[in-house]
Amino acid sequence: MNALTEITLNHYLALSGILFMTGAAGVMMRRNILVIYMCLELMLNAANLALVAFSRFNTQPLLEGHIMVFFIITVAAAEVSVGLALIVSLYRLRQTTNVNDLTSLKF
Amino acid sequence: MNWIILLSPLVAAVLAGLVFRAHKSVAVGLSIAACTVSFAASAWVFFYPGSLPFTSVDWIKVGSLHVTIGGISDPLSNLMLLIVTGVGLLIHIFSVGYMKEDPSVSRFFAKLSFFMFSMLGIVLADNLVMMFIFWELVGLASYLLIGFWFQRPSAADAAKKAFIVNRVGDFGFMIGILTVWALWGTVDFHQLQVLVAGGTGPLGTKADWLILAGIGLFMGCVGKSAQFPLHVWLPDAMEGPTPVSALIHAATMVAAGVYMLARVFFILELKGEVLTVIAWTGTVTAVFAALIALQQNDIKRILAYSTLSQLGYMVAAVGMGAVSAGMFHLATHAFFKALLFLAAGSVIHAMHHEQDIWAMGGLRKKMPVTFATFGVATLALTGFPFLFAGFYSKEAILVAAFGANRAIFAVLLFTAGLTAFYMFRLFVVAFFGSPRGAAATHAHESPLVMVVPLVFLAVLSTVGGFLPIPQYLEGAAGHGHGAHGNVVMCLSIAAFVVAAGAGIWLYRDRTHDPVRVLIFRNKFYSDEIYEWFLVRPQDALARAASWFDQWIIGGLMVRGTAALATFSGEVLRLFQGGNLQAYVVLFILGVAYLCYWILIRPFP
Repeated sequence: MNALTEITLNHYLALSGILFMTGAAGVMMRRNILVIYMCLELMLNAANLALVAFSRFNTQPLLEGHIMVFFIITVAAAEVSVGLALIVSLYRLRQTTNVNDLTSLKF
Repeated sequence: MNWIILLSPLVAAVLAGLVFRAHKSVAVGLSIAACTVSFAASAWVFFYPGSLPFTSVDWIKVGSLHVTIGGISDPLSNLMLLIVTGVGLLIHIFSVGYMKEDPSVSRFFAKLSFFMFSMLGIVLADNLVMMFIFWELVGLASYLLIGFWFQRPSAADAAKKAFIVNRVGDFGFMIGILTVWALWGTVDFHQLQVLVAGGTGPLGTKADWLILAGIGLFMGCVGKSAQFPLHVWLPDAMEGPTPVSALIHAATMVAAGVYMLARVFFILELKGEVLTVIAWTGTVTAVFAALIALQQNDIKRILAYSTLSQLGYMVAAVGMGAVSAGMFHLATHAFFKALLFLAAGSVIHAMHHEQDIWAMGGLRKKMPVTFATFGVATLALTGFPFLFAGFYSKEAILVAAFGANRAIFAVLLFTAGLTAFYMFRLFVVAFFGSPRGAAATHAHESPLVMVVPLVFLAVLSTVGGFLPIPQYLEGAAGHGHGAHGNVVMCLSIAAFVVAAGAGIWLYRDRTHDPVRVLIFRNKFYSDEIYEWFLVRPQDALARAASWFDQWIIGGLMVRGTAALATFSGEVLRLFQGGNLQAYVVLFILGVAYLCYWILIRPFP
């Protein structure tokens, strides 16, 4: 195995970072609330990826990161169902998903 | 069973004040009935002592402090019960006539009954803490009754003054009680007596605390019995209805201080210094008040200063160890001073609430019974030889003073002369001569319900001196007049004759006061002195505190905090533009900064 073909922890972390930044950029720049939501999920999974990578490359095979990720996936599933339900009812109420139109909570 | 003495006035007060407020005759009847029951029960206890023992109830049990609610039944309390309920009953009856036209008669009688309850509580109390509680209740009752006509600002002010001045004395009383408890570990009179008699208690260095205990207890008396320098409230308390002045500020409440001194005398006498302070305070009060009384023109104020003076006598007697003489004078004074006040009330009633003696005159023919009874009381107070009560009780005190301290004796004898002088001044000006004013011309005798109590009290003022009260208090033995009796008697008769003669000669057929002594007329400026040295500095302090509260506490701290929050809100709300992305950017910037702060900055 040489350095070019071997996949190390740094590769995973770099990928995780790229995914996270992509998600963050999406959250910051997109206007469609559904897309913002998907970008949020992307950030979440970037974190999951980092955790799994750390767990995999740990010298002691404790699998703590794996367990944590399972929890996160479970919670995220619950969160998605709630979040999507909110978005659907918001759309039904306002006929829009553009966050620029959803400003009734401002002062 | 004996608790009926204490509880029936309370029941009457509650019913008359809360239930039968609108039914005047029911309220009045209840109040008088309660007083009658108390009087009857007191008489039973007096004549059959020990037949009905008090059951005592535990009240507070904390560590070594054990306070009961119990009654005491000994000659001292039995005598006092009889005086309080007997004089109280007559005053209740008198009040029916005096307060007839007042719209809130029920309230008056409810308060009167409440006062009786509190006063009897003091008399019956078997420990200092219980006595203190009722002591305070009496203070409250006095406040309510002085301020009965609270629509008048002067009455409301007088009530407040009485209450506040009494608090000063009560503070000392409380210190005294606490010191007694600290020294002997009990507040029960009987146990204290046993401990003191057995010689257990403070010795050596702790003995100085006895002075604190004695002076503290005496301070309670100074407040309640209006001794110098806390005397200022009593003359002002004359703003209350006249029966109140008779009941509270002549016969019973002010006597509570003397009663308390007699009750704790066995503690006071442990230290000679304490007794000296007590004797001189009483003496100074006696002469001081008598001098002021010489030049007063308000009939009730003259009597008020006279009361102060006589209370000074009693306190001085206690201070000289002549407790039974003091209590004897207390008893006779209760009779004739209540009579004087009620007769004055009868006069005031007839004069349509005119109280200036120079506006009276010639009342002798218009109000014969009032005149006669007032005359009897005057003779009793001034110590007309042999016939009247005051002579014997004053004599007992003077004899004690002659034996104990010649300086005090001289001052008290001088005061006796002053008493005769100002009382005959009042008597001659108000009742003799010709009417000086429309009210005096049209005055008429008071109704029967007011006159009958006067007659009863006049009888008591006469025979009271023959009652063997000192002997009753001291057991069968008694003092007798002793060796000095005759000398003292001659001196005091001489003082009476000279002073009474001078008073009659100087004030006969006058239309205005021929003498003006401003310092007496202005009460030695004591109110002004208090105004300058106590009221003004306190007002200044209060204003400073008010300013501090308004601007520093309220302005800077309370409203300042609120203003800060409002201001920050005004600034921060500018960030709430409603743009979700702006929030996210700020949020991420914040997280980035936190990451820098925690992860990067500590490891350069």
